[in-house]
Amino acid sequence: MQHLPILPILLPMLAAVLMLLPPLSNSITRHRTFAVLIMISTVIVSALLLLTSHQQGTQMYVLGGWQPPFGIVLVADRLSTIMVLLTTLLGLGSQLYACAGDDNDGMYFHPLFMFLIMGVNGAFLTGDIFNLFVFFEVLLIASYALLIHGGGKQKTKANVHYVILNLVGSSIFLFALGILYGILGTLNIEDMANKVRLLDVHEQSLAKTGGLLLLVVFGLKAALLPLHFWLPRTYAAASAPVAALFAIMTKVGIYSILRVHTTIFGEDAGALASIAAPWLWPLAILTLIIGAIGVLASPSLRMTTANLVIVSVGTLMLAIAMEREAATSAALYYLIHSTFITGALFLIADLISKQRGKAEDRYVTARKLNNGRIIGIAFFIAALTVVGMPPLSGFVGKVLILQSAEGVAEIAWVWPVVLIAGLASLVAMSRAGTTLFWRSSGENTNSSPPPRLKLLAIALLLSLSPLLTVFGGVLTDYTNQAAAQLHDRSQPVYSALTKGDQQ
Amino acid sequence: MEAIYAFCVGILTTCGFFLVLRGRTFTVVIGLTLLSYAVNLFLFASGRLKLDGAAVLGQSVEYSDPLPQALVLTAIVIGFAMTAFVVILAMRSRADQGNDHVDGQVPVQQNNSRFSNKRNS
Repeated sequence: MQHLPILPILLPMLAAVLMLLPPLSNSITRHRTFAVLIMISTVIVSALLLLTSHQQGTQMYVLGGWQPPFGIVLVADRLSTIMVLLTTLLGLGSQLYACAGDDNDGMYFHPLFMFLIMGVNGAFLTGDIFNLFVFFEVLLIASYALLIHGGGKQKTKANVHYVILNLVGSSIFLFALGILYGILGTLNIEDMANKVRLLDVHEQSLAKTGGLLLLVVFGLKAALLPLHFWLPRTYAAASAPVAALFAIMTKVGIYSILRVHTTIFGEDAGALASIAAPWLWPLAILTLIIGAIGVLASPSLRMTTANLVIVSVGTLMLAIAMEREAATSAALYYLIHSTFITGALFLIADLISKQRGKAEDRYVTARKLNNGRIIGIAFFIAALTVVGMPPLSGFVGKVLILQSAEGVAEIAWVWPVVLIAGLASLVAMSRAGTTLFWRSSGENTNSSPPPRLKLLAIALLLSLSPLLTVFGGVLTDYTNQAAAQLHDRSQPVYSALTKGDQQ
Repeated sequence: MEAIYAFCVGILTTCGFFLVLRGRTFTVVIGLTLLSYAVNLFLFASGRLKLDGAAVLGQSVEYSDPLPQALVLTAIVIGFAMTAFVVILAMRSRADQGNDHVDGQVPVQQNNSRFSNKRNS
């Protein structure tokens, strides 16, 4: 299986192209069957890739046979493979949900969905920073189209903001890449990490500019504090399966910060070591606080969920700012948990809003839910998980992050902020639950019970949370090893690359 | 040459950012276009400015770095697609919202004179 590392990119791409061609085009049923089949096989391929890279060491895929650092490489190490598996699983869940009817609001839902999956997988797998930009653009242009899918005033308005912001972000990304290439003379991430140590003093400040510009771009994608304003409205405007899939998009930004600022500007970068940390600390804490305030102030369940995404971004950034193996490992665990659970919450919010007529998912008195029991159980599990109550995965993730704080100063900053944000989420979610399920007037007459497929999709995403707890030992072992691989710069993948450098 | 080049990139970037911060989608689109021009020139310069240097080895005594040229090509293609998309989106937004303001509604003007209307919009 020499070509395994590229399959998570190639499968969705080919599937998307095939769906635009005659035998499959013009028939939504064929689109659905084909897309779900391809998605399941992508999940299998990603799982295989994860196992291979876990057991046999990092898989490298040299595109076109051009040896690194000159050609583009795909690097499937522990971190990137777990992210790819996470993407495909979340993709499968939201796709199943979409198949129950949301994909028929406009044309080409499934091809666009596949292109988005391809872009996200590519961004995770690539080992070349310009290629990262290209995959960012792939996923962005697919997300622009998906966000506006179905049409409507709200979506157009949110999309205009989202597109303009991201286009400006893309140009800043290119400026940063130009600066870094001009100084380092390479775009391969590992090779950049090797060369950044050898810079002259007068070149260091330029490289620092480039590195911090990258932080701005990734911060925009990840919705870090001053750049987070686009997120709540965008996520609230998107249709449910799209919003659920977008839960991975902020994680792409977080992954990129993790990758670039621990590999290139990590501990070994000499004078440029940890240039992001002084910025990440205050911004992460402020993001958490703003997110918590947003959670409390949200008028609808979808808005609350969007603000919970910001809370999770803040928590993850805190863990990344600690720049320690244990913290990175905890961040990985929390990242997996929060992606699944916010995705599930977006889907549940949509189910609820479909049942309540004009009130949708706003926190007002409305008619009773049809099939309230099943939705209620799903909401209860999701709320417990997202707030971080034992025994579900949110609790484990938070404990891991709290444990990884060392020293009085770190504990004094991290513990209260994370715990108070958790309390704010608890208050907001209990208010949401009581209002949505108990404060009802009149009987529900005309809305039908939710389709089985939607319930199945939500069950799939929710069941992953207890599984994350049950297999917590295995998973934390894995994330520990992934973090060790990311932080330890003397592992085989790097020597393989430097060999390519010498040839 | 470097000074003129840097000056041009700087002017383009400044104009681009200024226009992006305006309120109407048309100026924003123009701003994004200027920004992408600036970025393309900047990327091209990241391989150092060199006269009479072919990007292929053996074609001339001096050779220049071919990679920035490839990067610029990629950036141009992507920028072109994005501009096309944002133009269509702006038109759609104009049709959906009834005006071309990025927020979907023109803010109420403080000053009623015609000149300030034009300038603040």
